[in-house]
Amino acid sequence: MKISYYPGCTLKTKAKNLDKAAVASLEALGIEVEEIDRWNCCGAVHSLTADDLIHQVGPVRNLVRAKEQGATKLVTLCSMCYNTLARANELMKNDEEKRDTINRFMDEEIDYMGEVEVVHYLTLLKEEIGWDTLKEKVKAPLADLKVGPYYGCTLQRPADIGIEPFGSYTLMTGMLEALGATVVPFNAADKCCGSYQVLGVPAGENSAGAALLNLASDAGIEALATSCPLCEYNLGKQQEQMIEKGKIEKNVPTYYFTQLLAVALGLDSEICHFELNSKVSVELLKEKKCLAAA
Amino acid sequence: MCETEQKTSKNTPRVATGDRAILPEGAKTIPVYIMGKQYDVPETLTIMKAMEFAGFKFLRGAGCRGGICGACPTVYRMAGDYKLHFGLACQTVVEADMYLAQIPFYPANRASYSIEEIGGSPEAIHALYPELFRCVACNQCTKACPMDVDVLGYISALKQGNIEKAARISFDCIQCGLCASRCMGEIPQYQAAQLARRVYGKYILPQAEHLKARVEAIEGGKYDAMLDELATASKEDLEKIYVEREREPDFAEVGSWQPKETQYL
Repeated sequence: MKISYYPGCTLKTKAKNLDKAAVASLEALGIEVEEIDRWNCCGAVHSLTADDLIHQVGPVRNLVRAKEQGATKLVTLCSMCYNTLARANELMKNDEEKRDTINRFMDEEIDYMGEVEVVHYLTLLKEEIGWDTLKEKVKAPLADLKVGPYYGCTLQRPADIGIEPFGSYTLMTGMLEALGATVVPFNAADKCCGSYQVLGVPAGENSAGAALLNLASDAGIEALATSCPLCEYNLGKQQEQMIEKGKIEKNVPTYYFTQLLAVALGLDSEICHFELNSKVSVELLKEKKCLAAA
Repeated sequence: MCETEQKTSKNTPRVATGDRAILPEGAKTIPVYIMGKQYDVPETLTIMKAMEFAGFKFLRGAGCRGGICGACPTVYRMAGDYKLHFGLACQTVVEADMYLAQIPFYPANRASYSIEEIGGSPEAIHALYPELFRCVACNQCTKACPMDVDVLGYISALKQGNIEKAARISFDCIQCGLCASRCMGEIPQYQAAQLARRVYGKYILPQAEHLKARVEAIEGGKYDAMLDELATASKEDLEKIYVEREREPDFAEVGSWQPKETQYL
């Protein structure tokens, strides 16, 4: 099977560890990944102003690219990209008047009516591979690793584009269990990481993120899995400073879910670009003997 | 009369006028609007020639007249249609009922930097042109480009940290500035693209070994004595050297000829 793929800007720069592990894993599972040609910024974050159509043009243009390149499904995995693309797609499907305005404005492109389905990577994994098959393909089970699935804000909100109903975490849980990890329910899985608010506070002083990490370690979670580069930045990359400033007591290494997938599939750990995670992340995986001796 | 000519001039042949003020017999004029005022100009002229025919004199806004220097970007619209068109005045032939405006210069931001110091990372470009992140992918830049460069494509590539892709896509840019004139994010696309190509050339593209060796040889003084000899030679001697020089025969097959004297190679 071949799937059209929208990576997103962050995945090509700061979050290569999300992108590379994702593409390599799908290929290891027999799905050919074809990055769409000439994509632009997804438009994140989705504009809530009803008459602000210009901020829908960016995401819609990517969907036009997918359509003109013959795709019926477009897979993406950054939570922000997924949210923005899926919401713009809903707008183009359901709001005739705005769709008409946007199509008229983009008169250099083919008309778009919401024909392409925007699919999150986790959904694709479940639908195209399935947890049982995935389990069979696992070469290095993440035994002994207690992982909390962390969804953040944008994978489930709003309900019409959510990858699954609010309050339910079966997709990430299903994947992690198939990888052999022990999934620990995380009662803050839908809480905010601090989002862009962290730009205004000194490093390590993000209270929202710190509260979340403390809840995770209280619950016995050793590692968090996420699909959002902003969550990873706020929770993962800031941990050292949070510890220094006494905001959190214990490290809770964070990973992109695709990194855990790639590791369990036995792919070369180089593809996971752990150097882009905080140091404790790769140390924990070594300690748990999840990584092939490097 | 050949068919293509008939098509382009609606059944009557066009008579080229060159830059003559007195039109040859059979030459036709058409109305164009320069800054809103009607002028009748010969139908075979470029916008630039037509404006000169109408009495305008270019002190700026004209350069190579060959479609490559980027000095004469023009915005125009055809009467009765809302659509704006973009072209170079020296390359675009006038059409009846064109409304013309010259945009010889656009006051877009140009960052100042030392290419030796900024380094080759995408973040260096992002830091010099943070306005790149004001792009909403409206694509007006691409629609305005008279060179058909995918401007949105290279701006996206820069945001994605792909300097090589940005350098390659923007290769045909002539820095006319029409992209920037249409940008609601106030992004100086062409300046950012130029920086991308410089960074690509300096830090990313591998150096050609033979060029490096050549530069070293020149800087090491290999040709100094020969040049000194020429510089001090008398006129007669110079003429003699010139006339007696070894010369590749006309139409020699590539790679088939080598001079007997190899010290200059």
